[in-house]
Amino acid sequence: MLLTRLLMISLGAIFAENFVLVKFLGICPFLGVSKKTETAFGMGFAVVFVMVCASALTWLVNQLLVLCNIEYLQTIAFILVIAVLVQFVEMFLRKNIPPLYNSLGIYLPLITTNCAVLGVAILNITKFADSTTSFLDSVVYGGAAGLGFTLAIILFAGVRERLENADIPEFLKGMPIVLITASLLSIAFMGFSGMSF
Amino acid sequence: MNKKDVLLNGLLKENPTFVLFLGMCPTLAVTTSVVNAIGMGLSTMVVLVFSNLFISLLRKFIPEKVRIAAYIVVIASFVTLVEMLLKAFLPSLYSALGIYIALIVVNCIILGRAEAFASKNNAIDSMLDGVGMGLGFTAALTIIGAVRELLGAGTLFGFHILTTHFQPITIFVLAPGAFLTLGLLAMVKNIIEMKKKGGEENAVD
Repeated sequence: MLLTRLLMISLGAIFAENFVLVKFLGICPFLGVSKKTETAFGMGFAVVFVMVCASALTWLVNQLLVLCNIEYLQTIAFILVIAVLVQFVEMFLRKNIPPLYNSLGIYLPLITTNCAVLGVAILNITKFADSTTSFLDSVVYGGAAGLGFTLAIILFAGVRERLENADIPEFLKGMPIVLITASLLSIAFMGFSGMSF
Repeated sequence: MNKKDVLLNGLLKENPTFVLFLGMCPTLAVTTSVVNAIGMGLSTMVVLVFSNLFISLLRKFIPEKVRIAAYIVVIASFVTLVEMLLKAFLPSLYSALGIYIALIVVNCIILGRAEAFASKNNAIDSMLDGVGMGLGFTAALTIIGAVRELLGAGTLFGFHILTTHFQPITIFVLAPGAFLTLGLLAMVKNIIEMKKKGGEENAVD
């Protein structure tokens, strides 16, 4: 029963309510780091990792806030937790996986201001407020949302690599064609919205 | 730079949406109607003006190394204030914007202006920069919101504008329509720029 529930949460977060293409969270890295498939991979998995950790940590922080009756500090507390977490990931990657660190460049610190991470933390609190297994739900939802982000960014990077060699009209070059491509990808993901997970 | 340039910079030359492509999440997410777009734009502007003011005033006291964290705390405080005010006085807008109000914290425009402008300039210029950027953002959101609401629902500010013969193109108020509208508007901007450039070249000839 629990397993089905978690599976439903994951499928919903990856496909039907894809963070990037349906909920518009994490658009900046989606548009910014999607020029090459490898960097898209790196960014995607960095986000998955940060999202899982952030979901777990912010769940704990929220318990603390509720205990002290200061829920209104939620936004400030969450963003600080995420900032610290990203700093750790950055230090870890720089020390242990330098090639990945170099290829992610300035986008790694930008995960702090990736609204998908703060978004998942806030959504967890409202979405699973009545659930008895809210901790597990939150962590699974965080991971699945990250995977959804990764899926979208990798698909998008694949399309954009093809676009490099395509003959695009002058007035569509740059942002317009990128956004129109994203729109088509978003239409594809709308196909999942009929399914109720 | 004089005061007028500072103010106009955000509106036109460095428009956060159409030139810099910053703060895309709210731009795409809440522009399903003009009212939501203006609400989001103004909320962001309030946060931007006050965070710029405070960061500018504190710029001599914030140590270089922890400046980003300090900026985020300042910004998050103002976002919390705006969130509470909206909840108390405009509950319908509050529920329409939902999670995106809290997400003003991670709007890159605000952190970007703190780092690029407010940390280097005096308080008055920083506030003006906040107003200019905020207005530029609000204007862009309003345009996108107007296009989407008009084509997607046939209304503006909730009033029916187009005749009943017009079949609303629902996709414009759905997720793909957001990308499409922004893409098409960016295309229009490109065409205008190309025309301008072409005009200048002709003038030289």
